[in-house]
Amino acid sequence: MFDIERWEEIFEAISKNKLRTFLTGLSVGSGIFILIILLGIGNGMKNGIQSKFEEDSASLIVLWTEATSMEYKGLNENRKIDFTLDDFNYAGKRYKSEVAEATTRYRRWGALTTYKKESGSYALVGAMPDMLSIENASLNAGRFISEDDLKNNAKVTCIGIQVAYDLFKDYNKAVGEYIQANNIQYKVIGVYSDPGGERDNTKLFVPRTTMAQIYNNKENVGELFYTLTPESNFDKTNEKSEKFLSQFKSYLRKKHNVHPDDLKAIQSHSSLDEAKKFINLNRIMSLFFWGIGILTLIAGIVGVSNIMLIIVKERTKEIGIRKALGAQPGSIITMILHESIFITTISGFIGLFLSLALLQFAGPEIKSEFILNPSVNFGVAVTTVILLIVAGAIAGYLPARHASKIKPIIALRDE
Amino acid sequence: MIEIKDLHKSYQMGSNSLHVLKGINFNVKKGELVSIMGSSGSGKSTLLNILGILDEADEGSYILDNTSIKNLSEKIAAEYRNKFLGFIFQSFNLINYKNAIDNVALPLYYQGVGRKERNDKALHYLEKVGLANWATHLPNELSGGQKQRVAIARALASDPKVLLADEPTGALDTKTSYEVMELIQNINDEGKTILLVTHEPDIAQMTKRIVDLKDGLIINDTRIEPVKAKAHV
Repeated sequence: MFDIERWEEIFEAISKNKLRTFLTGLSVGSGIFILIILLGIGNGMKNGIQSKFEEDSASLIVLWTEATSMEYKGLNENRKIDFTLDDFNYAGKRYKSEVAEATTRYRRWGALTTYKKESGSYALVGAMPDMLSIENASLNAGRFISEDDLKNNAKVTCIGIQVAYDLFKDYNKAVGEYIQANNIQYKVIGVYSDPGGERDNTKLFVPRTTMAQIYNNKENVGELFYTLTPESNFDKTNEKSEKFLSQFKSYLRKKHNVHPDDLKAIQSHSSLDEAKKFINLNRIMSLFFWGIGILTLIAGIVGVSNIMLIIVKERTKEIGIRKALGAQPGSIITMILHESIFITTISGFIGLFLSLALLQFAGPEIKSEFILNPSVNFGVAVTTVILLIVAGAIAGYLPARHASKIKPIIALRDE
Repeated sequence: MIEIKDLHKSYQMGSNSLHVLKGINFNVKKGELVSIMGSSGSGKSTLLNILGILDEADEGSYILDNTSIKNLSEKIAAEYRNKFLGFIFQSFNLINYKNAIDNVALPLYYQGVGRKERNDKALHYLEKVGLANWATHLPNELSGGQKQRVAIARALASDPKVLLADEPTGALDTKTSYEVMELIQNINDEGKTILLVTHEPDIAQMTKRIVDLKDGLIINDTRIEPVKAKAHV
């Protein structure tokens, strides 16, 4: 491999036929180029999808109840069931390490709200401190509901920025004021804004316990919201979320005397469901890209193999001379292989370098909803390099074996 | 140096078998200068190929410098060719993208001789054939006679036991032919065993022994007093 003589021989042979070498290299180089660009785009799509679903709290799970659809243990169908505080707390204890954030949500629509002469109709939502981050909302002023508020059944509220505009014109003036909602007086403790849109900004969040006391619904906590701690990759996160849901739901069915096969009574939604569809689609596309890339590369390799075969044909006489002078068959094989691997590796590296450069410089410029930062990681680059050397060996092997079998007597025959 | 007993060789031409050598018996001692003559089809090239370990006989024995040449693997054959034999061809067979000195050094490269020693030796043999000043020239910058002399230097480079020349003057004009023959005679005078195939009687007269081949058999084998090529130059 580090035989200077052999390198000299290769450079001699290559420089003798620059155009042919260039064309050979072009087929492999463009193969690698296309492979890397495709893989980069595949990765970019994956990044795009991931960042999209990372905007919402990554793995949000919502559970709610509907009327039962099957009779069970002497109980009629169409029976209404409610989640209790025990149900909510059970998940927090049982899945302590999995659950990142949790809250209940009890809503009352159309609460007539007034401040001085201004009024409006908004949703009144009983919630817990984690609600703010679960909703992906941020505070513009003041604070959100605290544990102390829950403990004290405090009549406080954190209002949406739209509510603040409607009632106060300027949200900075809202905190500390008192407003009436459904004839109950609440102190405004904060103003939030939710990126979800106007409707999400017309809510009044009040402590869960306050709601329960005022509307006498201590037994019914409404819907249950959980986010799970993220895992290292999507698959693991998804697996965790599915396991959590199936276990928790079967627990809830048992506890509320719901038939185990009654899927209607206890409903759930996971934010991962949608992402999963995209990720699966993306996985198929990635495979497709790999396929196309590899096929392109194979076309390149066949090209190299073909050209090496022609080179061997052209050099038949030379190989015959070498053999007559005492060249071993092995040394002929390594000579051809060496040249083939050298051409594929160099041209492959050029293709690799150009494609990486393109991804590096053009990648961040791509402002598409579906493609974000297309790139390939180091592992993939190393894989392609190994692929290249193997490819060079394959491309060279058949012609090399052909060359080693040339009989000097035939090669040297004068035409 | 060379002992051949009852050598047979046939070629398969489609469904027909062509019996080319029909029992050759032939010995060559060290220091001989032998010409093998015969019309085309007489089997002289086949005989030379077998002697050169480029081809193998079907029957009979071939002993080269006390080594039996039989059933050799390609590897061993290559090694023996390199060690025992130097080839000179009618069409020179120089590698056209290598300069003169690299061409001469090639057999030494396959012997595993180091670069410096190789170049020293190659230059020495180029001097011997009078082409030291042309060492860095490519074959296509040389005349036919010069090319053949480079080829002779290459054949000598590995210091072989026997030189095999296949029509060495076949592609050269008369004057150049005699120059090449003079060189061959000089090399022979230094003790090298040389076999050459030719169909030119005047060239054969410059060797010490003429072997006539006809239809795969030796019909005549005479020792002569060689004509000195120098007298004609």
